[in-house]
Amino acid sequence: MSAATTSPTAAGLARRPVRRTPAWILTDSIAITRRNMLAVVRNPQLLVIDTITPVMFVLLFAFVFGGAIAVPGPISYVTFLMPGIFVQTVVFGGTNTAVGIAEDMQKGVIDRFRSLPMARSAVMIGRTTADLLRNLYVVAIMFTVGLVIGFRPTGSPLQVAAALALTALFGYAISWLSANIGLRSKSAAAAQGAIFLPIFPLTFVSSAFVPIATMPTWLQPIAEANPVTVVVNATRGLFLGTPDTGLVLGAVAWIVGLVAVFAPLAILSYRRRG
Amino acid sequence: MPTPAVTAEGLEKRYGEVRALAGVDLTVDEGSLVGVLGPNGAGKTTAVRILATLLRPDAGRATVAGHDVMTEPDAVRAAIGLTGQYAAVDENLTGRENLELVGALLHLGRRAAKDRAGELLGAFALDDAGDRPARTYSGGMRRRLDLAASLVGRPAVLFLDEPTTGLDPASRIALWEVVEGLRRDGTTILLTTQYLEEADRLADRIAVIDGGRVIAEGTSTELKDRLGEDVVDLRIVDAARTPEAIGLLRELAAADPRVDAATGRITLPVHHGAGILAEVVRRIDGAGLEVAELSLHRPSLDDVFLALTGRSAEAAEAAREVAAPPRRGLFGRRRGAAATANVEPVPAVTTEVTA
Ligand SMILES: Nc1ncnc2c1ncn2[C@@H]1O[C@H](COP(=O)(O)OP(=O)(O)O)[C@@H](O)[C@H]1O
Ligand SMILES: [Mg+2]
Repeated sequence: MSAATTSPTAAGLARRPVRRTPAWILTDSIAITRRNMLAVVRNPQLLVIDTITPVMFVLLFAFVFGGAIAVPGPISYVTFLMPGIFVQTVVFGGTNTAVGIAEDMQKGVIDRFRSLPMARSAVMIGRTTADLLRNLYVVAIMFTVGLVIGFRPTGSPLQVAAALALTALFGYAISWLSANIGLRSKSAAAAQGAIFLPIFPLTFVSSAFVPIATMPTWLQPIAEANPVTVVVNATRGLFLGTPDTGLVLGAVAWIVGLVAVFAPLAILSYRRRG
Repeated sequence: MPTPAVTAEGLEKRYGEVRALAGVDLTVDEGSLVGVLGPNGAGKTTAVRILATLLRPDAGRATVAGHDVMTEPDAVRAAIGLTGQYAAVDENLTGRENLELVGALLHLGRRAAKDRAGELLGAFALDDAGDRPARTYSGGMRRRLDLAASLVGRPAVLFLDEPTTGLDPASRIALWEVVEGLRRDGTTILLTTQYLEEADRLADRIAVIDGGRVIAEGTSTELKDRLGEDVVDLRIVDAARTPEAIGLLRELAAADPRVDAATGRITLPVHHGAGILAEVVRRIDGAGLEVAELSLHRPSLDDVFLALTGRSAEAAEAAREVAAPPRRGLFGRRRGAAATANVEPVPAVTTEVTA
């Protein structure tokens, strides 16, 4: 224990510039994103869950509901269903954000971050970015499995790519909503419970799994207005090569709107807490 | 006059009905180690969190390394290291990655962060484990890594919140040695503890805190002059003759003897306990009194409390629990979980008490 551990007199108080620069937001966010990704990579269990869940959803819905539900038009139920499953799965993926943040707070890691002269927004940005990367992985898996079991997108590669991007970005928007819930939860388990409260009706009262026309009439307007419906319908059009510009813009607007509201809110409440 | 590295004036913090801090004044001179000693719920963590910019006080002001904690938090953060009450290591990262992450967030630059991480792993005997995920570490290793993480930025001021609570005796002694090394190298340290023995061994000055207030402050010697260096506990068979026994023993005591009304146990703070023990026995015997129980031990936090407040640390905590029913704490853990550790005297490994 010598100069190796500390030497405050030599390199003490004035050793580092403490002027906050905007570049910190970027560098610190990258550091935190990396840290969060390492957690996924290091936890075989998380990795398996991230891989199995999308595969399971795709197979379950396609084979269990596959024959039972008639869909309008010439497309197969699998082709109808896939975009819905994609969106549902990334929305569920977005709930990881709440759990991750609650866990960090519980374990005191956040205390360490708060005691460092870092960009505070980086803790939230790094978390949602890592969860976006996780969701991109999930989307890639689902798309592949979908193709194997008969999902036949007929859109151009660009349209298909746009559909996949919209899907992942919607998950990102949900992550920011989820971050706010995580920040207000006392434990990871509480966060998990709290986030699914809005997420379940959001995903199921939508056009993700069944045509809205099959729902009770009083439920239909709610389902129509649901952002999940907007995003699912927009991506369905893109996958089939018949994009509806209005729907695509609507989906983009929802994504931008959710991020614009919930990202500053999360960053502010992270700053204010404690 | 030494410059203060930490100053606190009238710090107050309230959580609903609970007054966690009721006006804390504290000074830590540059290069010194101040021990903040108090039972569970006394306000130690709250005070540390305020000084480390994690929490804003409701009233009062504080400076660390010459910077105001409220108005210049970044400057404070650049000058401090914090080791919280619960190890804040990232389980999924290796020891090395934990340290490199802190280096990155301190904006040391990749190269410097790497070097520093290697240096600290060596200094804390973690080289071998450095590339294993921290989740595989023992409790003692975690604490060391946590402490190392708080040293990445070569802090001028280090906050250690109950750094040895929950450690086994060997790890505790190892950690004491590390802290002593840091202190020798000139780091200013504020350490909280529930153990008088720990404060006694490490601290230049001790602040005893209770109910969110500093109730006594001084060097270990000054406190001992008030409390005695050792404590003789004595109970005689015929409880009715307890006052007589006290009369016989009063002149041997360093401070007023006290009697526990419930058990009839006499607590006698003394200097040079071993020499006095024989005299105690002689006098009791001489008066024809019969000893039911006799022991000599170093004063515990409980004895300090009894002397300063007239009630035990346990009672202080119990009163607190009634006022504030058990609740989930800052880290989602139930506060007061360590209650039993409170009055348990630290293994008697420190004998070189300033005589
Ligand atoms: N986040 C919190 N919310 C409500 N009460 C709290 C919180 N943190 C601490 N307290 C209360 O404040 C008092 C002081 O707590 P603390 O500073 O943690 O004491 P110590 O660290 O000495 O054990 C206790 O009564 C505790 O229950
Ligand atoms: Mg504490």
